[in-house]
Amino acid sequence: MVFRCAVHNMKLLTHNMLTSKCMKGVTVGYPLGIVAKDIKVSETEFNSEFVSRIIPKLDWNALWKAADSIGHSGDLPQQLMEDYENNEEFLKKVHHVLLEVEIINGELVCPESGRKFPISQGIPNMLLNEDEL
Amino acid sequence: MSRPEHRAPPELFYNEEEAGKYTSNSRMIDIQVQMSERAVELLALPQDEPCLLLDLGCGSGLSGSVLEDQGHTWIGMDISQAMLNVALEREVEGDLLLSDLGQGVPFRAGTFDGAISVSALQWLCNADKKSHNPIKRLYKFFSMLFASLTRTARAVLQFYPENSEQAELITAQAMKAGFFGGMVVDYPNSTRAKKFFLVLMTGTCIQLPQALGEESERTSVIYTHRREQLKKMRGKPLKKSRDWILEKKERRRKQGKETKPDSKYTGRKRSGRF
Repeated sequence: MVFRCAVHNMKLLTHNMLTSKCMKGVTVGYPLGIVAKDIKVSETEFNSEFVSRIIPKLDWNALWKAADSIGHSGDLPQQLMEDYENNEEFLKKVHHVLLEVEIINGELVCPESGRKFPISQGIPNMLLNEDEL
Repeated sequence: MSRPEHRAPPELFYNEEEAGKYTSNSRMIDIQVQMSERAVELLALPQDEPCLLLDLGCGSGLSGSVLEDQGHTWIGMDISQAMLNVALEREVEGDLLLSDLGQGVPFRAGTFDGAISVSALQWLCNADKKSHNPIKRLYKFFSMLFASLTRTARAVLQFYPENSEQAELITAQAMKAGFFGGMVVDYPNSTRAKKFFLVLMTGTCIQLPQALGEESERTSVIYTHRREQLKKMRGKPLKKSRDWILEKKERRRKQGKETKPDSKYTGRKRSGRF
């Protein structure tokens, strides 16, 4: 058996969009808590247009809290600043937190039911059991 | 060969052997990539704008790579761990999620600028477990997909309907969930190249895109039609004659096969000098 060493990780961008509302009895299911065992910081290409387009869609509070809970908030402001489109320095910080801080192994926790979704090799397992639907 | 979705549920059918085909079999890869490219084309995204897209049933991430090439960021969902392992090996850029489409799309409202799916939807029509109800699963899938898209987004889902009832069932559930749109059938005259794309829209009403290999609207006068009829009354053209060749080429064109254009040399006999 050959051990394949492929590394893939979950970005905080995905975490910011992910909910557990598919579960029975869960109405909002957002934001999911993070229990991170392995975190990796990588480098990806910076695209200012993409970042400034994605910012209005983000739940800023959830992003800051998620980054803070895994100790990677850096000097990201707790409140979203105005006129961020032209502030490249700020966009780079957001890019770093959104796309470069990645979780390899850990758990996502539903805020309402406490159900844990394991993350292994950067892939969160969102499969539900029959009694949870 | 029986349809794959009749053999086993997707999480079991796409085992390591089947998943391996998606990295080794170049024909399979070509078809997947072609269909993904066509699906992205049908998405009609704004030009040169990097978007956030959802890949439903992303499998080994072949369709995701097409999205990457066009500068988009994507998140993929699949139920088969083996297929996702292949995606890991291929080092795709998008984030992956292990989840069942029939259990819903677990994203916040208004997240994605578009969604594509290549050959995944037909799996939802099966009841692989006692608790599965295909209609309920389809409805849950479509309604949660509708919520997760922005109001200018489209979802393009390529699939292989087993029969017209199945296509109708899927479309009906999509409409019930609030989508509008319909089926675009590429190369309807060919059994092999024929491809079904369910194009679903969330916002304002836009005309459905034109399918490939389908005749455009008749712009010629009505009398040619009669002339054609008269021609047909005379029977099929003589084998190897110019008319016979032209007819054959026309048929190939309708099937979406590569065909040289007609010219004055088409079907012309060689001079005796050869």
